[in-house]
Amino acid sequence: MGCGNNNKKNNDSIQDMEVTEIQSSPESDFNLEVYDFEGLKPFLNKEDGKIHVINFWATWCAPCVKELPYFEKLKSEYGNKNVDFTLVSLDFPHMYDSKLKPFVLKQQLKSKVIALDDVDSNSWIPQIDESWSGSLPATIIYKNGERKFFEKSFTYEELEHELKQFLN
Amino acid sequence: MKKTIKIVSVILVVLCASAFTLKTSSSAGGYGIGDIAEDFSLKNIDGEMVSLSDYKNAKGFIVTFTCNTCPYAVMYEDRIVELDKKYAKLGYPVIAVMPNNADVMPGDSLEAMKKRAEEKGFTFPYLIDEKQEIYPKFGATKTPHVFVLQKTNQGNEVKYIGAIDDNYKDANAVTTKYVENAVDALLNGKDVKETETRAIGCGIKV
Repeated sequence: MGCGNNNKKNNDSIQDMEVTEIQSSPESDFNLEVYDFEGLKPFLNKEDGKIHVINFWATWCAPCVKELPYFEKLKSEYGNKNVDFTLVSLDFPHMYDSKLKPFVLKQQLKSKVIALDDVDSNSWIPQIDESWSGSLPATIIYKNGERKFFEKSFTYEELEHELKQFLN
Repeated sequence: MKKTIKIVSVILVVLCASAFTLKTSSSAGGYGIGDIAEDFSLKNIDGEMVSLSDYKNAKGFIVTFTCNTCPYAVMYEDRIVELDKKYAKLGYPVIAVMPNNADVMPGDSLEAMKKRAEEKGFTFPYLIDEKQEIYPKFGATKTPHVFVLQKTNQGNEVKYIGAIDDNYKDANAVTTKYVENAVDALLNGKDVKETETRAIGCGIKV
């Protein structure tokens, strides 16, 4: 009985929280940084001795959403080991407020989320990697001049394995 | 000695594994410009099988890998219809192929494809790559992904691979219509200037 009550109470409070979150969403709205490719470039070319994991994704991309928790888990495991995580959203600009921001808040993403809005993909895709056909998800891991590009979905183990190559 | 063999075989296994990874990574493989595309026989939304060889009078094809469920593909639906309206009568019909595994993406089932084609007034066949054997041959990695083919004595030669145009967001703000430029060049007996372009799209669901 007691447990049941507790559960109910928990459910209630979770519900309350969700309601509060929705109600306060204009205030809890975060300032999404939106870049064109020129603006994104510095994120891809830091020479600061850190390992940078850059994931290109979108809320409408099911395999991207599926692998996001792996990046978040990796961040919690390796975030203090000089590894920096950036999630570059390719959501459509008219979806930033209705889809992207609520998603980021709801999932409580800890990685830095920025948006890339640049229609001239034919010129910037090959600059990110010559081999990239343009499908999502895609990921870059780099450290100074050393760099690897992946046009694929990851499992957590695969992602960790690739990161470890840079840690050693 | 035994140890060395062991190490060598481990290295070999790793090499093989990485070679395999490379091969299955999306951009590798598939047709390049100038290759002859094999014909196929795929089921249309009306249940009939469709092959390129059915089009006796075609000069070529605008083979378009697309689907119902990818927002990028959806943004281009009207433009794909326009391409077919403009070029089918000039000898370059659109052949749309849905490459996703419909078990993974129920929104891309044959039934859903049929519904979408009716809603959007598709004037072209909308085929399902049920066995997912055709899109890898082309090297399609995403939707939308276009291959313009020209009929030659040797077969259907790949003349253009890539995006439809340079603005997914706004058809009115497009500055370069890649597919139209390619087909126009072929119709005028000229070389395609920009043979490969890239755009963001949804990875094909296996």
